[in-house]
Amino acid sequence: MSNNNGFMGWIDARFPLTKMFEDHMSKYYAPKNFNFWYMFGILATVILVIQIVTGVLLTMHYKPDAALAFGSVEYIMRDVPGGWFIRYMHSTGASAFFLVVYLHMYRGLIYGSFKAPRELIWIFGVLIYVALMAEAFMGYLLPWGQMSYWGAQVIVNLFAAVPFVGEELSIWIRGDYVISDATLNRFFAFHVIAVPLILIGLVVAHIIALHEVGSNNPDGVEIKKTKGADGIPLDGIAFHPYYTVKDLMLIVVFLMVFFAIVFFAPEMGGYFIEHANFEPANSLKTPEHIAPVWYFTPYYAMLRAVPPIFGSAFPGVVVMGLAIVVFFFLPWLDRSPVKSIRYRGMLYKSWIAVFVVSFIVLGYLGTQPSTPGKTLAAQIFTTLYFLFFFLMPWYTTVDKTKPVPERVTDK
Amino acid sequence: MRKLIIAFVIAVLPGMALAAGNVHLEKVDIDLNNKESLQRGAKLFVNYCLSCHSAQYMRYNRMGRDIGLTDKQVEANLMFASEKVGETMTIAMPSEKSAKWFGTAPPDLSVISRSRGQDWLYNYLIGFYKDDSRPFGVNNTVFKDVGMPHVLWELEGLKEPVYNEEHHRTGWKYVSKGKLSPAEFDASARDLTAFLVYVGEPIQQTRKAIGIWVLLFLFVLFVVSYYLKREYWKDVH
Repeated sequence: MSNNNGFMGWIDARFPLTKMFEDHMSKYYAPKNFNFWYMFGILATVILVIQIVTGVLLTMHYKPDAALAFGSVEYIMRDVPGGWFIRYMHSTGASAFFLVVYLHMYRGLIYGSFKAPRELIWIFGVLIYVALMAEAFMGYLLPWGQMSYWGAQVIVNLFAAVPFVGEELSIWIRGDYVISDATLNRFFAFHVIAVPLILIGLVVAHIIALHEVGSNNPDGVEIKKTKGADGIPLDGIAFHPYYTVKDLMLIVVFLMVFFAIVFFAPEMGGYFIEHANFEPANSLKTPEHIAPVWYFTPYYAMLRAVPPIFGSAFPGVVVMGLAIVVFFFLPWLDRSPVKSIRYRGMLYKSWIAVFVVSFIVLGYLGTQPSTPGKTLAAQIFTTLYFLFFFLMPWYTTVDKTKPVPERVTDK
Repeated sequence: MRKLIIAFVIAVLPGMALAAGNVHLEKVDIDLNNKESLQRGAKLFVNYCLSCHSAQYMRYNRMGRDIGLTDKQVEANLMFASEKVGETMTIAMPSEKSAKWFGTAPPDLSVISRSRGQDWLYNYLIGFYKDDSRPFGVNNTVFKDVGMPHVLWELEGLKEPVYNEEHHRTGWKYVSKGKLSPAEFDASARDLTAFLVYVGEPIQQTRKAIGIWVLLFLFVLFVVSYYLKREYWKDVH
């Protein structure tokens, strides 16, 4: 704390503003060798802000009422000045959020960012992912289109598959026997208040944990092990100004892509805004083909891939849930002595590739109507998805690793 | 094993998979900058569609402004169902009654182009043909057993399909003539499609126009931020 008088001195005597700025920005030392994969954390934060700001503005005109919701969205699109812009930012932001979070998680996988001592950062991160899925799912009901309605119907019915209490549970969630006005109102409450509060809390925890331990890097080297005489890691650079100016540049690149979609392809060919959602919700007309938005399709494919037992879809629900829960255990499934993929052997590299291919193929299959061939494919790739996790203790133990350097490398 | 291979092939060739039951749609190119076309489309819409179908989110005056008409022109030529130019395109027909007449209530057309797509709309409009087994004597090539009568009949006339020996449709034969020639009718169907695409998202042309400026601004900002970053990172080794 350099400043003991003046305006900042007055503040600092009452609130640790300078200390916080130093701890998290100007004296937070991040590895200097961050690459492309390290931009998605800050991008996710930017999108969170976009979603909150646009969300607040949308709430001013949206009506959470089954009779008015669909019309109020069109009112925003047509009559509210700039409403279309706010709405497209929010709908594009939802997909962008998942895209960025998926890439952020993949970065964690390839550079071993989930490994000790960063297990809690990873666990907070997976919790953010789960909260984000809840947020997106409930937000998707609000436009009250056919896909909003039937997508929610399908997902809430999953809870009905829980043995013994399922039926009551699903009615409790919906507040009715079918998705209805009551469901819309409570989903609105969760979407605009409850889940965002949880999300923000988790994001803060995620960043506090990160700044406590320090960032990992593409080499998986702990930079705090080699410090200079001044106590600053030799391979570390101050987050501010170095990474703030670099992130600023990367945010601009991201915004170029983001606004190219917002202004020129907001529907993104039916992937970001589904065509069928421009038909108002109709409880009497089941669409021929119900597909969730792209970011849920890998899990949807898994759900459909698991055959029902005694007519109950519960096994599929369990598999789908497990596919997400298994992420929490990653820090303990991985037995490798090295973090980064750069120093791991062929086995881990191959299994990562299998995992990525499985996730993408399942994502594709989840958008398609099922056929016997596609169901079989979904079963194969679901198995591969889980084998990546379940075989991890074995293949990370026997995998040949390369020696990790003491200091970070240039590349 | 063969099933496995097939499953893999299906999985890795997304382009090959087509949803079952989809009919072939002829592509239609429309020009939303062509104000005359939109005006012709609007005229067709209010004359032939707007008695049964509403466009309850579309305001008359907004439409007029966007397609190059004054409020006066809109009131004189395009407003039959409403009093004030600031109103939306609603209809007087109660949906319970229309559901009884047509089997289903005619849907609102405000965002029909966004749920169906422009190609489908165009194919639907040109797809009516004579089918005596149907209540209104017509069927549709892209909407089987449609409940809607051929409202553009007086313009197009009535056609029936010509089949070859394998029962594939090879063409059309007109059983009665309409006011328009086939080419003129095709142009009208395009105008109406263009108008419906406009109605689906009135802002779309403005949106693209603004988008270019936004991207240009961001590009300039990128150049500045790139050099800023390079300047700061000079001392990182």
